[in-house]
Amino acid sequence: MTQDIMKFRYTDGKPNLRRFHQARWDEPIIFELSQQGQRGVLLPEAESEIKEIVGDILSTIPETMRRKQLPALPEMSQAQVLRHYLRLSQENLGADLNVDIGQGTCTMKYNPKVNEQLARLPGIAEIHPLQDEDTVQGILEIMYQFEQMLKEISGMARFSFQSQAGSQAIYTCTAIMRAYHQVNGEADQRDEVITTIFSHPSNAACAKVAGYKVITLYPDEDGYPDFNALKEAVSERTAGLMITNPEDTGIYNPNITKFVKVVHDVGGLCFYDQANANGILGITRARDAGFDMCHFNLHKTFATPHGCGGPGGGAAGVSEELAKFLPVPVVGWDGKKYFLDHNRPDSIGKIRSFYGVAPVILKAYAWVMSLGADGLREVAEIAVLNNNYLLKKMLEIPGVSAPYAEGKPRKEQVRYSWQALYEETGVSSEDIGLRAADFGLHYWTSHHPFVVPEPNTLEPTESYTKAEIDEYVAVLRQIADEARTNPEFVKTAPHNSTVHRIVNHDPLDKPEQWAVTWRAYRRKLKQHEA
Amino acid sequence: MAFSNQRTLGFIVNPVAGLGGRVGLKGSDGPIIQQRARELGAVPEVFDRAAEALRVLKTSAGDLDKLVTCPGEMGEITAVGCGFSPLIIGDICQGMTTAENTKEAAQEMLALGVDLILFAGGDGTARDICEAVGDSVPTIGIPAGVKIHSAVFGINPASAGKLAAQYLSDEIQTLRNAEVMDIDEAAYRQGIISPGLFGYLRIPYHRRLVQTRKSPNPVSEKATLNAIALDIIDHMDESYYIIGPGTTTRPILTNLGLNKTLIGVDVICKRKIAIADANETSLLELLENHLAKVVVTPIGGQGFIFGRGNQQISPKVLGKIGLDNIIVISTPEKILSLGGRPLLVDTGDFEIDQALSRHIKIVTGYGERIVYPVSGG
Repeated sequence: MTQDIMKFRYTDGKPNLRRFHQARWDEPIIFELSQQGQRGVLLPEAESEIKEIVGDILSTIPETMRRKQLPALPEMSQAQVLRHYLRLSQENLGADLNVDIGQGTCTMKYNPKVNEQLARLPGIAEIHPLQDEDTVQGILEIMYQFEQMLKEISGMARFSFQSQAGSQAIYTCTAIMRAYHQVNGEADQRDEVITTIFSHPSNAACAKVAGYKVITLYPDEDGYPDFNALKEAVSERTAGLMITNPEDTGIYNPNITKFVKVVHDVGGLCFYDQANANGILGITRARDAGFDMCHFNLHKTFATPHGCGGPGGGAAGVSEELAKFLPVPVVGWDGKKYFLDHNRPDSIGKIRSFYGVAPVILKAYAWVMSLGADGLREVAEIAVLNNNYLLKKMLEIPGVSAPYAEGKPRKEQVRYSWQALYEETGVSSEDIGLRAADFGLHYWTSHHPFVVPEPNTLEPTESYTKAEIDEYVAVLRQIADEARTNPEFVKTAPHNSTVHRIVNHDPLDKPEQWAVTWRAYRRKLKQHEA
Repeated sequence: MAFSNQRTLGFIVNPVAGLGGRVGLKGSDGPIIQQRARELGAVPEVFDRAAEALRVLKTSAGDLDKLVTCPGEMGEITAVGCGFSPLIIGDICQGMTTAENTKEAAQEMLALGVDLILFAGGDGTARDICEAVGDSVPTIGIPAGVKIHSAVFGINPASAGKLAAQYLSDEIQTLRNAEVMDIDEAAYRQGIISPGLFGYLRIPYHRRLVQTRKSPNPVSEKATLNAIALDIIDHMDESYYIIGPGTTTRPILTNLGLNKTLIGVDVICKRKIAIADANETSLLELLENHLAKVVVTPIGGQGFIFGRGNQQISPKVLGKIGLDNIIVISTPEKILSLGGRPLLVDTGDFEIDQALSRHIKIVTGYGERIVYPVSGG
């Protein structure tokens, strides 16, 4: 008998919550699976003629560089290794598997698979950064062209792609700030960097690494960075301002040009952190607001994979005046061919080896080319629209609020607060996140310390459909209902997922009680038993 | 979960805690107010709250033979009602218990060597326990009073019970000093909130069960406090440093190998104690001939930097020091606990309060500052 499948999937015209259960394999650590003598590949004995010609191959390695002992690697067959990692992968929630809007500030958008295919073509996958320039003209052209695109997007004069991550690009700009003041003979005097509490935490961190004191501004009564506090903070000791806009709350600082002016007036430089650029792409430009430097995360805004999906890519952009300080080399064009320009006496030097993660730059370039200028603007418009739709739906859930600048629209993300629900039920944001895993969804609170109480940061990007955003909200609504009817159930979550709850945090503060490598585990166990 | 061998719990109920709350009396200190509360129809809720904590404790931890408590309404009735067979100590006058009963009970429990005192009450009760035993025995408060400003209480009675169970079963071993705050109830009834830092109790720490200063954990809090102290020490000049009370200022002295008067003001110069536990007179004498800077920290949750808990640093003293020589230090968490409200000053001198009402830089780490507003009301 034929039945209408819709009857099982919908109630009153609305989709039912997904019934999810994650695989739980109780899989041992790979070192525990090791059995002495097992091998993945058995190599044939070399023929005697070859052996004679090659001789003792190990003797070609200098004595001091030879291992005294064999490495303690797991010994396993191919099939065992395959099963081990497939099981682990089933215990994970990949970006391509879940509605990944729960990791606000991370810009978890779709990474087009065709761009992955491009990056695996032999022409890119098999080249080496030490090859002669003449043999890598293709990727140099792509780097050069992509730089022209980022210049157009930001208004800056030059870019470096040497950084492998967003924070490295931020650090690059901090180092340039220091070099600029050194050239002016003011490096010793200017030892303070100003940032805001809702800026990307890497701003404060990179300033600190570069040796600066960090002054942090808090929001004013309207939820914007406190302009009066900025006026109090600036002085002849100000090296620069490092600021994110929109901030992690999704709130755009409308006074940003006033901020830049106050800092410029005392001789400081201004860096615009554009890790969160997804809401302003093709709409506002850092240089137009007066900034001297900015950066982008290619692995966020420009749709290359994030984190464990592969290496990231940071792009550091600067004004004409600061271009001479960029890391060495940069890619140039002499009218006939592309070249690596190493002749840069004022450069801050190298942030890391070579000149950027070539496949990431290629993927970002391909993404921009597939969209065009209008497409980039459309990305931002859809991301902002999705986010404000999500905001409206979220605020309909009793117990949720969106602190700061209340009633005003947000850009691409919002930091929500579950404080009201927590006070009513004792269920915390962390509990909600662990329960969300039972529905196959990621969920993130925020950086510590929690400025917004019981925080939850959501960023839907342009990648998700209305139905997917609705599904995410329906899950959070369900969890809020559970918090009221059965709080213990939420507090003991997850029930259908592999993630386990850490009941006792004490040992995390005792390094002798935990280890992140097998070797450290063995050593600490031995010390403990002794 | 099972209790470790030989663990003993002391249990104290302040039977009049919370009595004044529902009937709008803003507290329950003293027999006259308690009588008035009863006349207004107040029904004590403390027993239900204490029982809830004990039930959670029993469920989480199984049977506990070693429970020491006071007679009747001060613990016995609740403990027996929850299925315990407690050891009863001391004598009370039913229906007429006083702060002295709480203090005596806590002292006796300390003498008996209990591992933890679980008490039901409010800030006043915490203050009595603090006065009786200080930080010599770990304590946990079951929130049941009108005023809960102190950081020694569980988020709710169930949290307090759970925390007690986890501590007694060794699941939690970390202890931290927590502020005992109390306000002057008589002034509070006149509409004047003047909370003061009374002292410190030692409490087991679980970041979700105790309403603390929103710090991620005691280890990182300690690291932050040391970083702040080192920033101050590394930038000290030859002048005198007047160091205000509190656990935030304490590491400045401990890092120099000196003892801090926790709820008093100490003066140091050239890395040595110049005056321990100074008062206004000794500070004014010092300032006759010497330059000085003052280092203070806001009171957690309220944000007073002058006029609460450090009245020795009077308007006269501040006038001599000069407002540019004030250094305010705080963990970022303590600033966050203000929820965006400004820091407060109430020195008793209008002009000084007004002069202090501006944005200031607060030292929040080594080479770290927050710019934050101060309000003189």
